[in-house]
Amino acid sequence: MIPFGFCRLAIACVAFLIAIAVGSPTRAQQFGAESFSLSNGLQVVVLPNHRVSAVTQMVWYKIGAADDPRGKSGSAHFLEHLMFKGTRAHPPGEFSALISQSGGRNNAFTTEDVTVFHETVANDRLDLVMQLEADRMAGLVLHESVVLPEREVVLEERRTRIDNNPVSLLREQLTANLFLNTSERVPTIGWESEIQRLGTADALAFYRDWYMPNNAILIVAGDTDGAEVRRLAEKNFGPLAARPLPTRLRLDEPEHRAAIRLEMKSEHVAQPSWRRLYLAPSYRAGATQHAYALEVLAEILGGGSDSRLYQTLVMRDGIALSASADYAPSAIGLSSFGVYATPKTGVAVAELEAAVDAQLHRLVEQGVDPDEVRRAEQRLEAAAIYSHDSLTGPANIVGTALAIGQTLDDVAAWPARIAAVTRAEIEAAARAVLIQRNSATGILLPEHTS
Amino acid sequence: MSRLFIFLLVVAALAASPTAGARAMSIERVAGASGVEAWLVEDHSIPIVTLSFAFPGGAALDPAGKEGTASMAAALFDEGAGDYDSTAYHRRLDELAGQLEFGAGQDELAGSLRMLKRNLTATADLLRVALAEPRFAEDAVERIRAETIAMLARQARNPRSLAGRLWMRDAFEDHPYGKDSAGTAASVAAITRGDLADFVARHVNKKGLVVGAVGDITPAELSALLDRVFGGLPAGDAEAEIAEASPGDAGALVVRRTPVSQSVVSFGQVGPKRDDPDWYAAYVVNDIIGGGGFRGRLMKEIREKRGLAYGVSTALAPYRHAGLILGSIATENSRVAESIALIRAEWQRMRDDGPSEAELRDAKAYLAGSFPLSLDSTRRIAEVLVQMQTDKLGIDYLDRRAGLIEGVTLDEARAVARRLYEPARLSFAVVGDPAGLESIRPAREAH
Repeated sequence: MIPFGFCRLAIACVAFLIAIAVGSPTRAQQFGAESFSLSNGLQVVVLPNHRVSAVTQMVWYKIGAADDPRGKSGSAHFLEHLMFKGTRAHPPGEFSALISQSGGRNNAFTTEDVTVFHETVANDRLDLVMQLEADRMAGLVLHESVVLPEREVVLEERRTRIDNNPVSLLREQLTANLFLNTSERVPTIGWESEIQRLGTADALAFYRDWYMPNNAILIVAGDTDGAEVRRLAEKNFGPLAARPLPTRLRLDEPEHRAAIRLEMKSEHVAQPSWRRLYLAPSYRAGATQHAYALEVLAEILGGGSDSRLYQTLVMRDGIALSASADYAPSAIGLSSFGVYATPKTGVAVAELEAAVDAQLHRLVEQGVDPDEVRRAEQRLEAAAIYSHDSLTGPANIVGTALAIGQTLDDVAAWPARIAAVTRAEIEAAARAVLIQRNSATGILLPEHTS
Repeated sequence: MSRLFIFLLVVAALAASPTAGARAMSIERVAGASGVEAWLVEDHSIPIVTLSFAFPGGAALDPAGKEGTASMAAALFDEGAGDYDSTAYHRRLDELAGQLEFGAGQDELAGSLRMLKRNLTATADLLRVALAEPRFAEDAVERIRAETIAMLARQARNPRSLAGRLWMRDAFEDHPYGKDSAGTAASVAAITRGDLADFVARHVNKKGLVVGAVGDITPAELSALLDRVFGGLPAGDAEAEIAEASPGDAGALVVRRTPVSQSVVSFGQVGPKRDDPDWYAAYVVNDIIGGGGFRGRLMKEIREKRGLAYGVSTALAPYRHAGLILGSIATENSRVAESIALIRAEWQRMRDDGPSEAELRDAKAYLAGSFPLSLDSTRRIAEVLVQMQTDKLGIDYLDRRAGLIEGVTLDEARAVARRLYEPARLSFAVVGDPAGLESIRPAREAH
């Protein structure tokens, strides 16, 4: 990956000037969203919801683990932690204290593509949380005395989330093997040895490169309106200057020639499990025309107890305890299509794998039935309806879409696009993605020690 | 504008209205002709209705040798009922876009149904047959039995769940609260279809049933719905009561050796029950020592200052027949002893000095203000309506809650800290390979 200091090329600056052209408000039907941009390029989305007199503010930075410099995995996630370590205006600890003193909650998360900070507060505290987020968008101050203990915290987080959990460890190994070249192969939290070497200077460089209004999306959901959010956003974020933004480097995946198989044994495993990932397009990368069809396909194959895998492996044949599939297309880079099964006690993993393969084969060779397509699409549409039933649900959906370069119209059109997916499209997607040489299969086995 | 000025404005705003988030939420009592009652919060902003309910009597009443009966029954209600086999039942529920969940705790069997307004009656009918005519068909029973036994085996190897189970087992021994509510491999293997039917006969009735309803439904519609879903259930007898319990063997340190780099530690001691007269003082003091986010003293000492753990927190855990203060932490093996020493020291400091005035003020403001902000989904509100009824808090509780918390004085907080926090009673269960730590008493087998 190119060192970030060298990314400030002329072409990036041109793109940056185009990107910050000020837009007039647009309204998307889904969630009653209203959207506008400040002159410094900050994109703002308002999602009114008057059930409770509360607001959730989210700041989405378009920078994630896939952008970590080579050899410095975990950079984006480490900086997420360090963003709570104080600014010139607010010493360490004050950010969270000011929010919790008035009953508010705040947290943050990092994915491959984004780093997100969010607060839920009473609606008369919106100005406060905007002040605080605007302040740390440009004013972060870091000292070794807070950075070094926080690095220990991140190492403990890694042990909690991954090292202490054999399923997470196998998932990490499998993903690192599935992607031969793209940064999806590196875990979001980072490799342990690389986290241990992350330092204050690295974090500040990463911060200066990526944290700026023209690389952020502000989402406010709750008991407020567009006019108030615009006024407060202008006041708090308006004074921040746009800066040239480096180009995000995304690599291509070379052709895969051989299927990958991994077997991991652990004495912390009680019973075997089997999983397979297929390289898959996302909404933004690869054969994107298949993305919506793959969402329906995952639901048909492994979405709950009505799915093919559950109905055959668990219900009919009684050889599996669980069987499922998943696919998440909201990514800038490539995604994966996952298939999972756990054998019933006494059933060999090989027998289970053969049964899963038979189902995948049947799917690719014989296609899908109109009735199961209808039922799968119904389930996905129900999930879309219920996503309205909270403050943070719509904010997360909108943020995820916009951060990877989708539009509010894409969000609004999702239910209709899912409903419009045809059998032919699902079958084409299955043929395009369920290809053995593009897969990585992982088997987790118990290791019995004395 | 200078940063100092901004900060002063912030402080002024904070002082102005400590509980501005608390918009009055109107709760109405609605009864059906059958006598079944529900608490309702009407909200017509989206065409969704959630019904939550709880029947008293849960896993703690499972017959000896048949532990896990309540959990297994809960997992089987939607696996075939009335005219529907398991697949037909799930398909019908999917068709109506209903979301149905059941779960068994130690003290109750609870469930919730989220549905679309336009499918209200048809979806509610599925809940009615699940409660009144569960099939417990042999294939479904065997499938859920196998899943349960596999889950128990998985949990037995998972440091986090194992630490929690070890602590409860050690604290409560043979009292039902010391047993895993999902049972053991042997007890789950022994459960028959007759046991499941017997569980329904004993627990699924109108005696003690509480219901919360939220969303796009009027009192008249809810009244009819209550009769439709619950009206046909038997009247029921008073539940058997289990014995009051208090964690014994206080001050124990139990170490279960397993080769992981990070140890998981569960800790706790006896605490207040929900009807304790000092509940609100204890609730505030717990937040000061072990509150989540970055509020608690433990989080500051252990994570912020020393980087010893990703998280450490404590909570009051009020069971019907026992009260606990429970906490957990995960830290590298070489630093477990230091973390435990810090927790004990904070326990002692809270006992000796209680909270400071500023800590008390901040914790009260957080606890009073955060709760109303969390009432943002029909599910969450319905769950709170059920909890309020189970805990007998009164239908006006949401209006009184902030006042109850803000009324806690420094003297009350210090007195409750001195009464409750006893380092000598604080016991720990460690799963991992902690350096320099041995069990003070050997662990009993957890399974």
